[in-house]
Amino acid sequence: MAEKITYVNSTEDFDNLIAKEKLVLVDFWAVWCAPCRMIAPVIEKLADQYSEKITVAKVDVDKHQELSIRYGIQSIPTVILFKDGKIAAKEIGVKPLISFTKLLDSHIA
Amino acid sequence: MIDILIVGAGPAGMSAAVNSVTRGKTTRIFSNSENYLSRAEKINNYLGFYNITGKELMNRFREHAKAMNIKIEDGKVVNILPMGESFMVNINGKIEEAKKVILAMGSSRVKELNREIDLLGKGISYCATCDGMLYRGKKAIVWDQSKDSAEEANYLNSIGVIVTFISKKPHPENLDKHITYINGTISEIIGNDKVQGVAEKKKNIPADAVFILRDAVAPATLVEGLKINGNFIEVNRNMETSIKGIYAAGDITGKPLQLSKAVGEGLIAAQHAALQIDKVKEN
Repeated sequence: MAEKITYVNSTEDFDNLIAKEKLVLVDFWAVWCAPCRMIAPVIEKLADQYSEKITVAKVDVDKHQELSIRYGIQSIPTVILFKDGKIAAKEIGVKPLISFTKLLDSHIA
Repeated sequence: MIDILIVGAGPAGMSAAVNSVTRGKTTRIFSNSENYLSRAEKINNYLGFYNITGKELMNRFREHAKAMNIKIEDGKVVNILPMGESFMVNINGKIEEAKKVILAMGSSRVKELNREIDLLGKGISYCATCDGMLYRGKKAIVWDQSKDSAEEANYLNSIGVIVTFISKKPHPENLDKHITYINGTISEIIGNDKVQGVAEKKKNIPADAVFILRDAVAPATLVEGLKINGNFIEVNRNMETSIKGIYAAGDITGKPLQLSKAVGEGLIAAQHAALQIDKVKEN
């Protein structure tokens, strides 16, 4: 499942990704963050379930502070949906799978 | 994985634990605060214990639990995530997995500050170990509302957060000397899209984050989709909440805020939860 997730390695990587793909769901996380570990399986499920429709990516906020500052990440996990390179939706904190599927379905339809 | 995880070790939580163990379920019980019962001077309406003090009755409850090998663990639940057949529970930044969860944290006397919920995740945090790292080199306020606040402030200080500790209580002895201590309370949070500071009396204190460390997290923010009525969690006759597999028992479900009701509800919740676990096993 996990190979369906894109791990962002640089700001440039990230910019290319959101410019190239129509819908990108980005999980801003960090190694030390317990709630991030809680939603990790949820994100994996989404990557699997929506593999044809969206790109799922992960940004480690410790390694990419520039991105976390750019998107004003104040608490993690924060999950942002980018549509055509722009923020379409933002979910902060631990949320169940259904919150994300609802959100994605509304943007895919 | 734990069968039944219980949050709160008052009469409802202890009763749930005793009944969960009786039904052969692996059980863990977490508590973070002193129990309200232990402060009651006299209890005259709990059958069989006329004129007993709250403290004595609570001690008997604890002895009962101990005799059944139930160990009350120190910990505050920050959030719960339903995962289909089980739940992930964040206890002070440590994740536990359980088949069923029983909430028995007592009646919530939490009065949220104006703007608190709006700014949750935008500078407001209930968990130092969860969000602290994001504020290294930045200013954070720790609002002392529970017994572990000083330790959590020390943790933030140790990872490089610039901490101001606001408390109604005297300067805690164990508070790190690098932490600014203010004797007072927060009346308001300042900030529109994100936290910019707090109002303390008539003075404004700028900050990037406010850690509000209460004994318990408000039920509404514990888990998405939990139905709340006023300050209480809605339950059915089985003590099950709007989320299947999560139960609530005791004062947290509403009036009457009485001992016998709490003990009874703890039993119902634990027995129903145990029954559901057994059903899954049979299938």
